Amino acid sequence: MLWSVVARSLWVSVWATAIASVFGICFGAWLAVTRFYGRGALLTLLNTLLALPSVVVGLVVYLLLSRSGPLGYLGWLFSLKAMVLAQSVLVFPVVAALTRQCVEDADRLHGEQLQSLGAGTGLRSLLLVWDERYVFLTIVITAFGRAISEVGAVMVVGGNIEGFTRVMTTAIALETSKGDLPLALALGLVLLAVVLCLNILVAALRSWRLRVDGATSDPLQKAWV
Amino acid sequence: MNQQIINPQPIPLKKELQLQLHGVDVQFGTHLALNQIDLNVYAGERVAFVGANGSGKSTLLRVIHGVLPVSNGQVHWQPGVQQAMVFQRPHMLRTSVVNFVALALWLRDIPWRDAKEQALLALQQVDLQDLAHRNAKTLSGGQQQRLAFARALAVQPQCMLLDEPTSSLDPHAKRDVERIMEHSISVNAMTLLFSSHNLGQVKRLATRVIYLENGHILADLPTEQFFHQPLEHSHPEAHLFLRGERV
Repeated sequence: MLWSVVARSLWVSVWATAIASVFGICFGAWLAVTRFYGRGALLTLLNTLLALPSVVVGLVVYLLLSRSGPLGYLGWLFSLKAMVLAQSVLVFPVVAALTRQCVEDADRLHGEQLQSLGAGTGLRSLLLVWDERYVFLTIVITAFGRAISEVGAVMVVGGNIEGFTRVMTTAIALETSKGDLPLALALGLVLLAVVLCLNILVAALRSWRLRVDGATSDPLQKAWV
Repeated sequence: MNQQIINPQPIPLKKELQLQLHGVDVQFGTHLALNQIDLNVYAGERVAFVGANGSGKSTLLRVIHGVLPVSNGQVHWQPGVQQAMVFQRPHMLRTSVVNFVALALWLRDIPWRDAKEQALLALQQVDLQDLAHRNAKTLSGGQQQRLAFARALAVQPQCMLLDEPTSSLDPHAKRDVERIMEHSISVNAMTLLFSSHNLGQVKRLATRVIYLENGHILADLPTEQFFHQPLEHSHPEAHLFLRGERV
């Protein structure tokens, strides 16, 4: 039971992070290099969404996927797909906002030189994303950490159905309310171990990057490393 | 002074107009960084922009290069003139040295394989061919500046713009970079526009000196005249600058 819950958690969070990363990086990079009327308001909205309460996301996705909702025809409610969708919505602002900040800082420092080579707005943002790719690995891992530790949204849209939509966080919540504290603690330890593995991965990436690139004098990169 | 650097001989000018600026203003908020700049540059000239910090040298080069829009006025390049710029602190992309140069060519619609071949030729001109497959970020300051110069050379410009190209380098690297730049510019008979705080470098490289102060051109003279003729009456600000009272 324990390992199937762990595997389900990982499956949902990996897919949610992948989807949110693709859209979040594209949107954030575009937002970083373009200027348009209302951009400031959009940035404020995006930064506000960083603190989006997960139960609110769960509620909105629930309403969208409910039988009478606009996406009700998909029949995803109380399924893993619904949980992936909810976590993607939750994690998207994290990826987009961090990407926007990272690419905008890089553009301020180096964008003119890329423009000098003949790179237009779109290509410039792609080159900056490529150039800062190790930072994006950190952003993606941060997003994954946010996704896997989330409980409210997946509880609402997944329903915490045993053997079907029960994941680590919802199982911990359930076992605690039932009074089965040893199992709740065991699940908590597994969740902690997953997060610890993530941190080890980030540290390994950091040291590998320093080995490959040598010490950097770029203050932006130092700040992000 | 480095003995390897050849004093530039006055180039017999064909008087072929290459670049024309007319009434150029650049405004940052309420600050007027360039004010009514009129300038003609002819093919083969070596023009140095000098002046104190904040006088508008770098802004003028960026406007000429086209990466900074003008608030008023016009910048007109003769059709077909290729130009490239080397920035004061070139940003190294996280890629190999050869790819770094090839990217500039690829962005000009040259197929990637051809771009890499041409990039290797450009690297030979700056003595970096042995480092072609090293990560560009791991190069020293002088090597990075040479690499940026190779990237600019690769696009075969008729006019080269250099923004304080050696200001962040140690004396040895400075001489090295300057020697390579001087050689390439001579061999390729390029027009050169550069800014510098190093008056020795200006004497060595320039045939014409433009003195800027608060976004205005206050002197535009042949190098010989700028350094060796009394300016206190004709160009008092430039005179004070040369005496070190305007830096």
